[in-house]
Amino acid sequence: MDDLLREFLTETNESLDTVDVELVRFEQDPNNAKILDNIFRLVHTIKGTCGFLGLPRLEALAHAAETLMGKFRDGLPVTGEAVTIILSTIDRIKEILDELERKEEEPTGADRDLIEELERMVTENGISSKTAAPAAAPEAPVVVATPARAVRIGEVSEDELERAFRETVCEVEVPAPAPVQSEAAKAADAAINAKAEALSAKAKADVEAGPSAASKARANAKAAAERSSSDEDRVDLKVANQSIRVNVDTLEQLMTMVSELVLTRNQLLEIVRRHEDSEFKAPLQRLSSVTAELQEGVMKTRMQPIGNAWQKLPRVVRDLATELDKDIELEMHGADTELDRQVLDLIKDPLTHMVRNSADHGLETTAERRLAGKPEKGTIRLSAYHQGGHIIIEIADDGRGLNTDRIKAKAVSSGIVSEAEIEKMSEAKIHKFIFAPGFSTAAKVTSVSGRGVGMDVVRTNIDQIGGTIDLKSAVGEGSSFIIKIPLTLAIVSALIVEAAGDRFAIPQLAVVELVRARSNSEHRIERIKDTPVLRLRNKLLPLIHLKTLLQIDAGAEIDPENGFIVVTQVGNQTFGIVVDGVFHTEEIVVKPMATKLRHIAMFSGNTILGDGSVIMIIDPNGIAQGVGTTAVHQDAASEAHHHDEQKMSLLVFRAGSAQPKAVPLSLVTRLEEIDGKKIELSNGRHLVQYRGQLMPLVRVDDEVKIRSEGAQPLLVFSDAGRSMALVVDEIIDIVEERLEIQVVSDRPGVLGSAVIKGQATEVIDVGHFLPLAFEDWFRRKEAQIAKTRTVLLVDDSPFFRNMLTPVLKAAGYQVTAVGSGQEALAMMKAGETFDVILTDIEMPEMNGFEFAQALRADPRTSDMAVIALSSMVSPEAIERGREVGFHDYVAKFDRPGLIAALKEQTSDMNQAA
Amino acid sequence: MTMTTDNLDQNVIEYVTVLIGEQLFGLPISRVQDVFMPDRLTRVPLSAPEIAGVLNLRGRIVTAVDMRCRLGLPKRDDGRPAMAVGIEFKGESYGLLIDSVGEVMKLSDNTREPNPVNLDQRLARVSGGVHRLEGQLMVILDVDRVLDMGHEAMAA
Repeated sequence: MDDLLREFLTETNESLDTVDVELVRFEQDPNNAKILDNIFRLVHTIKGTCGFLGLPRLEALAHAAETLMGKFRDGLPVTGEAVTIILSTIDRIKEILDELERKEEEPTGADRDLIEELERMVTENGISSKTAAPAAAPEAPVVVATPARAVRIGEVSEDELERAFRETVCEVEVPAPAPVQSEAAKAADAAINAKAEALSAKAKADVEAGPSAASKARANAKAAAERSSSDEDRVDLKVANQSIRVNVDTLEQLMTMVSELVLTRNQLLEIVRRHEDSEFKAPLQRLSSVTAELQEGVMKTRMQPIGNAWQKLPRVVRDLATELDKDIELEMHGADTELDRQVLDLIKDPLTHMVRNSADHGLETTAERRLAGKPEKGTIRLSAYHQGGHIIIEIADDGRGLNTDRIKAKAVSSGIVSEAEIEKMSEAKIHKFIFAPGFSTAAKVTSVSGRGVGMDVVRTNIDQIGGTIDLKSAVGEGSSFIIKIPLTLAIVSALIVEAAGDRFAIPQLAVVELVRARSNSEHRIERIKDTPVLRLRNKLLPLIHLKTLLQIDAGAEIDPENGFIVVTQVGNQTFGIVVDGVFHTEEIVVKPMATKLRHIAMFSGNTILGDGSVIMIIDPNGIAQGVGTTAVHQDAASEAHHHDEQKMSLLVFRAGSAQPKAVPLSLVTRLEEIDGKKIELSNGRHLVQYRGQLMPLVRVDDEVKIRSEGAQPLLVFSDAGRSMALVVDEIIDIVEERLEIQVVSDRPGVLGSAVIKGQATEVIDVGHFLPLAFEDWFRRKEAQIAKTRTVLLVDDSPFFRNMLTPVLKAAGYQVTAVGSGQEALAMMKAGETFDVILTDIEMPEMNGFEFAQALRADPRTSDMAVIALSSMVSPEAIERGREVGFHDYVAKFDRPGLIAALKEQTSDMNQAA
Repeated sequence: MTMTTDNLDQNVIEYVTVLIGEQLFGLPISRVQDVFMPDRLTRVPLSAPEIAGVLNLRGRIVTAVDMRCRLGLPKRDDGRPAMAVGIEFKGESYGLLIDSVGEVMKLSDNTREPNPVNLDQRLARVSGGVHRLEGQLMVILDVDRVLDMGHEAMAA
């Protein structure tokens, strides 16, 4: 590309970003001649350069915009409409520039629409301006720009300026300055700002208030602006001498070279350490400190003020405010806080997204705010500051705050957490569910709840750069998100570990703690068949052997009980990485991997250690995905449902007989192993103290012996704050299998037998055991339902019919179960009615979608509440379900979710009736 | 050297010859950055089989490609240390692991012959033609194709 053209593109893009910001400021403060001057000058420069480079389309657009702005300078009142049209002109210019950058020539096309609009504005408003001008004039602002920066008076040594300062000893407000490219430019800008405004203030003070004063003041202010703009040209020259444009690649390369210099120095230091009183010692010391300074200096060149990432936000908020018809003010603090370019690029989009969210969902409409007794103008406050090697960015709004109840309901119904668990959670913890993966994609949240759209994406982005995100929210007062990110990605602190003879680096940010596991200690690696786990402070931590994951064990035996465990946290997932040894932590320079290696998700890069060898840097995100599939975790179980339509996770155990038994894992709340000595016998029942409550123990089989000493494995089921446990002999495995009950059982507590991993296995009916522990287990729910409701259950699988019928009955519903959609339709034709229909999706002949459509088509059944029941809960399926008219979509085995959905549908009917 | 050397300079290409297995190969000297003894190679788990590992060459991280594996030849078992030819490819540094380095030869492009149609597919894929030398044949290694193993590796 032509050098000249490239230069033009870079400069124009920068100018346009500034214009965006300035215009929004200008709209709020239409009498600030300085801002207008700035904009005018930028657009004028663009126009001039375009003419020079032979870009007629751009020139014409810029010219029309300039003409309108010229009118503003002559006193035409500034309307929101006019600013909007100028903004869209700027958008068009940007589009053309993009095209220009790609194709190196100006795209064909005309912009008559915009130009005509601009011209119309010029002529029309020219007439009305005569009446409007005097009213607008007397509001010349008496604000002095932040003196903190203007203090560099030496640069603009003007008596006038000093006098202006002396004269305006009024209260000093600190307006958030528009982010400017460099420190020097900022200083100059501030100085000019001060001067222009001080002058206009003086002008105002000079004349007594009166009808003629207004126009005079305006004239003075304009004169001042003109004077200061000629000063500005001079200052601009100075600025140009103080900063130069450097290609990013050059900087990157410089950074690499410095990193290598650091490594070489480390090697030298190592050598000298071995030779006492070497004559190299003193000069090397010097080299060492120079290198350190050089490194710091180069790091600094990569730093940019965060304001660069904020530049587009005022415009975004303005547009949203217009679109949503809200009154929004965006405050920005700490725009000059600096951070690494690379980090800056990565947080730009999440930040924009979050500000949008705050404006869209966080802030109420003007009417709502008025009702709530709040100021009509909503505020979004962005602030950034340093805190010990990190940058903290806060996005706060004074809107309605998060709706805890809705988040709760959604979290439970999407199976992220059980109802019992959520009851114990603090509000803050519940709010964090909005970051859970997939939480926001569910159909209901987007339409019902407050914010949450794509928050999981924001979180992922921030996780990727090793940052964290937290939130605070109070109903009616607003929410604030706090992002903590590292200053730089180029150098990270890493833990050096060993696996199968190779060393690897694990970024320290992801590491929570280190645990040494030994066979005879409290921390011992246990396994559920092949899945290693660690019991850590009453939690079961899934473990993964690094050598297994990386496939470098080379057939060597893995010591089953010993090892170092690096407890790692990625998002809300915690797991342990088992390694053979842990060395030390080291500051490493992250180097990108060769393209040939980038497909390996387990690594994020490589580095050269102080001893000169190359090692791979582990990517905790990649490891987390590797663990995800095997984790003994409710999340994992529910996720498996997403990925696999047919298979389900089953917990296989032995109890009473040699024959294995199984239960769907998603029904089990926790697996526990308790000391047999802690089991107490009271009133003929076995009980154990568990989490401050007495938990009844129920035997799966009379043959099961409850141990009086040694470890007793238990399957814990919790619901609505109560827990019971099934006593089993041994937990064997967790398997992913397609469950097909082949022999239906008539024995209570057993649904039937199925082949699981090639063995005949009894599938346990959990619903049978729950009332054995608490007789009223299901009846409590019954009480909440005023009237018995009828439910039609449509499912081709006898297993599900058998499993759900007792559950639904126990919840107080009258259940009719049929095996196909046709059968159900036939019953309804025969005149039977039901309150709610529960239907499976994947059925032969007529699937759930077709069934729902058939129901809709028939006027007698078109109002009937239909809930889809499926293992296939994907956003697409939910969307499709909504189209055909499902009222709700529940995951199979999500018993609390199902009951909740039923309750909701039946209570809706109560209201309707 | 007994080569017929054309006077037309622009048609003469200089090759660094290397031995891989029993076969003589030639790499255009313009593509060769340096020749070095690979030291302290770090293997990269889960990488393609032809990636021998990564190593530190004067502060640069170099990805080493096992040429025997790349060409489908058996692993070396004579215990002698391998040599490496440093190549730059799309801004990244690679080292091709070979058995030994020979000499630099000036060969005219006019005497280059296309690949014999029955040439082993794994060889033909990376070969830019053949030169008939005295007593043996030299296969021209097309460096770009050697390192373009993306989709092949996927398929494998």
